[in-house]
Amino acid sequence: MLEVRNLSKFYPVRGGKRVILDGINLRLEKGQKLGILGRNGSGKSTLIRLLGGCEAPDSGTIDRGMRLSWPLAFHGGFHNSLTGLDNLRFICRIYGTTIEDKIPFVQEFSELGKYLNEPVKSYSAGMQARLAFALSMIIEFDCFLIDEIVAVGDDRFAHRCQVELFEKRADRAMIIVSHNPTYIRKHCDCAAVLLDGRLHQFDDLEEGFAFYQANQ
Amino acid sequence: MIQKRVIHALFMREILTRYGRHNIGFLWLFVDPMIFIALIGVFWQLTRGHQFSTVSTLAFAVTGYSSVHLWRSMPAQCMSAILPNSTLLYHRQVKPMDFYLSRLLLEGMGVTMATSFLIFVLAGGGWMPWPADPLQLILAWVLLAWFGAALGLLIGPLSERSALVGKIWAPISYLMFPLSGAFFLTYQLPPQVCEFMLWIPMVHGVEYMREGYFGAVVPFFYDLPYLIACNLGLTLLGLTQVRWVSRGILVE
Repeated sequence: MLEVRNLSKFYPVRGGKRVILDGINLRLEKGQKLGILGRNGSGKSTLIRLLGGCEAPDSGTIDRGMRLSWPLAFHGGFHNSLTGLDNLRFICRIYGTTIEDKIPFVQEFSELGKYLNEPVKSYSAGMQARLAFALSMIIEFDCFLIDEIVAVGDDRFAHRCQVELFEKRADRAMIIVSHNPTYIRKHCDCAAVLLDGRLHQFDDLEEGFAFYQANQ
Repeated sequence: MIQKRVIHALFMREILTRYGRHNIGFLWLFVDPMIFIALIGVFWQLTRGHQFSTVSTLAFAVTGYSSVHLWRSMPAQCMSAILPNSTLLYHRQVKPMDFYLSRLLLEGMGVTMATSFLIFVLAGGGWMPWPADPLQLILAWVLLAWFGAALGLLIGPLSERSALVGKIWAPISYLMFPLSGAFFLTYQLPPQVCEFMLWIPMVHGVEYMREGYFGAVVPFFYDLPYLIACNLGLTLLGLTQVRWVSRGILVE
């Protein structure tokens, strides 16, 4: 179980600080799929980064009772000057798994072909998303943090994500951040809304949507 | 355990961008000091080599160059180490401290390899003597490497705080070049100058290293507790700065 208590984060701005998250509480059981709704700039990505542990909160605690992935986004998580294959090696090393047996899957899923031996900075956004997604599938996680990654892919990519993530790994928990209600409705079983630094969690998806619409 | 894994992964990653897939990049590690030492050697042989009759000119140049190389290049590698790696902070087991440690490890190993190579080739070829006391030489090397690493942990985070630090560091390190004890023997200096020089931590390391190399053929001046105290102080100061930079970091 993932449990977040009283989480706050602010960023320094000229002449003071801007509060992004103001005492957030969140619970997620194994296998639960939570969609987080919020307008641009409401702190969705900040919350995902705090959950993933890439940034430290200013106060509050995160109790990670399960293996959380890094935030899957268009960028982040890999090094731009290295090739796709070197990034694969890097990630296997820091998560302590074997390398060679993971290569065929990444080759097959990312469909990068020869580009797997080229620096990531030469990739298009779609290619980077395919690599990021493929890399996150080779490590065993109980909960995936997903930050709009599927938005950059084409239909084919969306379909393959669908199979790998939502069908083959249907038993895993997920936190998906998006301002696209259709996407959340399709993949999540509960919702939360970020509004003015506060998180409103709803066990019922439709209740969450109603709250989101009412506060648009 | 996790940190060991991360540092290993970062170490391998740094090798790739530093030296590339082509081995010529790796060769520069050796070519650079060799050109420098060849020039110094020729210069001294032509001009005032006879003044150092008691110590080998070449060994003097090798010990001088390598010590400067060691404490100068380690901080240089720590400057702006975060930005090129910042996307890797997406993995929560990766911390800014690991960037510094992996770079310090790589740099320390590189300079140590290059220096050992030079000593083996030059001493093996009969151009200069073998070290008189290898153990003391190694201990001095370790103390100088510690100094370089501690300086790196301080300069690295400071360079994130202000771009000015990076700009100022270059002239300061050039200024420290002649002051570091690499290109003189302290006992040959006038007493007042000598007293001043012994405030500089590196001088103690270089003198100790030279005594290890040449044996006590001339008087060497060093105070190991002083050097160790400076190293400890710098390390503690550096760690507070690394902590500061880790807290304030913004992942894009």
